[in-house]
Amino acid sequence: MRVSTLCILAACLLANELTAATLSIGYLEYKAPRPPVLSNVIAPAEDEGLQGALLGIADNNTTGRFLKQTFELSEFVTDDKLVALAQAKIWLASGMPYLVVRGDTQLTLQITQLARPSGTLVFNAGSKSDALRQQDCQVNLFHTMRSYAMLTDALGQWLLARKLRRWLLVHGDKWADKQYSQAIERSAQRYGATIVDKKQWHFKTDLRRQAQAEVPLFTQTEEYDVVVVADELGDFGEFIPYNTWYPRPVVGTQGLVPKAWHKVIEQWGAAQLQKRFEDQAQRWMQEADYAAWLAVRTIGEAAARLNSLNPSDINEYLGSASFSLGGFKGRRLSYRPWSGQLRQPIPLLQPMALVSQSPQAGYLHPITDLDTLGFDESEVHCIR
Amino acid sequence: MNKITRYRRLLVASLLVANSSYAAMAYVSNEKDNSLSLIDLDSMSVVETISVGQRPRGIVFNEDFSKLYICASDDDTVEVLDTETGRIISELPSGEDPEQFALHPNDRHLYIANEDDALVTIVDTQTEQVIGQIEVGLEPEGMAVSPDGSLAIATSETTSMLHWIDTASHTLVHNTVVDQRPRHVEFSKDGRVFWASSEIGGTLVVVDVMSKEVQHKLSFKIAGVHKDKLQPVGVKLTDDGRYAFVALGPANHVAVVDAKTYKVIDYLLVGKRVWHMAFTPDQSQLLTTNGISGDVSVIDVDKLRVTKSIQVGRFPWGLAILP
Repeated sequence: MRVSTLCILAACLLANELTAATLSIGYLEYKAPRPPVLSNVIAPAEDEGLQGALLGIADNNTTGRFLKQTFELSEFVTDDKLVALAQAKIWLASGMPYLVVRGDTQLTLQITQLARPSGTLVFNAGSKSDALRQQDCQVNLFHTMRSYAMLTDALGQWLLARKLRRWLLVHGDKWADKQYSQAIERSAQRYGATIVDKKQWHFKTDLRRQAQAEVPLFTQTEEYDVVVVADELGDFGEFIPYNTWYPRPVVGTQGLVPKAWHKVIEQWGAAQLQKRFEDQAQRWMQEADYAAWLAVRTIGEAAARLNSLNPSDINEYLGSASFSLGGFKGRRLSYRPWSGQLRQPIPLLQPMALVSQSPQAGYLHPITDLDTLGFDESEVHCIR
Repeated sequence: MNKITRYRRLLVASLLVANSSYAAMAYVSNEKDNSLSLIDLDSMSVVETISVGQRPRGIVFNEDFSKLYICASDDDTVEVLDTETGRIISELPSGEDPEQFALHPNDRHLYIANEDDALVTIVDTQTEQVIGQIEVGLEPEGMAVSPDGSLAIATSETTSMLHWIDTASHTLVHNTVVDQRPRHVEFSKDGRVFWASSEIGGTLVVVDVMSKEVQHKLSFKIAGVHKDKLQPVGVKLTDDGRYAFVALGPANHVAVVDAKTYKVIDYLLVGKRVWHMAFTPDQSQLLTTNGISGDVSVIDVDKLRVTKSIQVGRFPWGLAILP
């Protein structure tokens, strides 16, 4: 009796010590199959997203050293959605307190709902879906990936600042292209721009040879100031710039692109993050890496501020207005309470330079001008 | 460096030496030009530009002003400039990516923040050897050594801590968590307190050295400027204990703080993204580097007025003044 009590006591002590010292984060990625594209796009790295999470863990642990906090990452990457869901269930059953998910909208939502009873927080580092922010908001879901609406609002503000008010909208036939295209239409309405025409790309010719012949005719419409392209995979969009009927700039998924992160971002101390990432991953940091890094850093930052690894303390803090995170964008980043979306400035980039960063000067907001990008509280149709 | 500039430099140097009443000179490091701009403080104009290593940031003089130490961040070295000849005479080991540093009052030991490596490197400038390395938090930046030389403070930007280093044992003795992205530390002349700025947190703390406690915490407010843009970075204190000047980065203002009551009494409009500052020898004027506008603003300390701006190189960063 005595021995077993001691054992139990020892086990308890050990368990307490472990939970007090280490916090586990699960990184789950579902890789959807990529359809073939016309342009010779550079294939994304296999470990996109994951490397960001790994750097987040390393950063958390550097800080954690001084606070006796350790963070560890469990990673799981699959191209089978059912397997991804099964892994999420295994982690949830084992009491994993945090999941960083890079998957499609449906999977992210399913995992979030499964995680809800145990109070597990899910960080969306994959889906840009506007519906997930506006209609399907979940109390235990935070988005470090930016939404389509944030991107197109960032673009819309800049277009208006440059007085480019007449837009030709060209979109692809993929589901993501339509999401992007809808977001562009919403931004056009929001900023009072006119969509002179909306055209879906449908040609099957090999544009590598035919772009100069096909694109001018395709873009011969009523006069526009700018062509806005919605082609997420780079199927045809890469061939639109320099081939439009009117010599006008191209923006959107190609041309001048709104993106959460890119190699050329080096202001606001970003050069250090880029260098750290490149030393670790041997490649440039991409948007998906940045979103995963932000998710892991959110947990680390909250734990350091509270000097606690207790998930219930951390979760309460994340839900409060006082939490903020440094994200190398010259502003403190915080979560919108109504949607769980991380507020962030959106850089506008051409392939090798930062052209601008939205919100543009003059877009005012009673709380923070960052809320002029994406859905503000009054535009959200769900209660979180 | 080509021959012509070298001759010219020697000529300038010899003129300076020949003229015993030459003016004080401000040295400005231009981060994106790999150069130093030298501003004559009588004429308040740039009189010389010196090529140095890649991405020069922190600069500091030795005690007798015969040498200028330069963090050449992208060359992973600290360069030593002979101030008489304007030539780089040696390079010190510095650890990777040296950003800011502080010279110990013994005029010998440089405490260098290695931004990429989460380290503070201590270099003996006489033997040119690394004599210690201390692990600190992510992206150490601010560095200061107390006037009595016993204590060094490093700030780590991403870890958001002030790291207290015992200079005798080269060990970390304490960490203070502050608001996000602490950037700069400045000791009071008597060494009893130091001021530390938090860029993203938007705050400034005054820390008591004896008790290691934060005594005061200040924040800023400028009508028409969003609070997120009020990002305190460089801090300078007048020797008479009257003022603290706080550079507010992208807010393009320098805050003037009454160093006795800790109240902000004025905001002075300077160039864009104001970063570091330095006083002229008699402390009648304060110079600021403005990274984005590529210039140096001059502040009259008595009148609390900005009197001039001087165009320098691209992304002026550090400032040091040769009396």
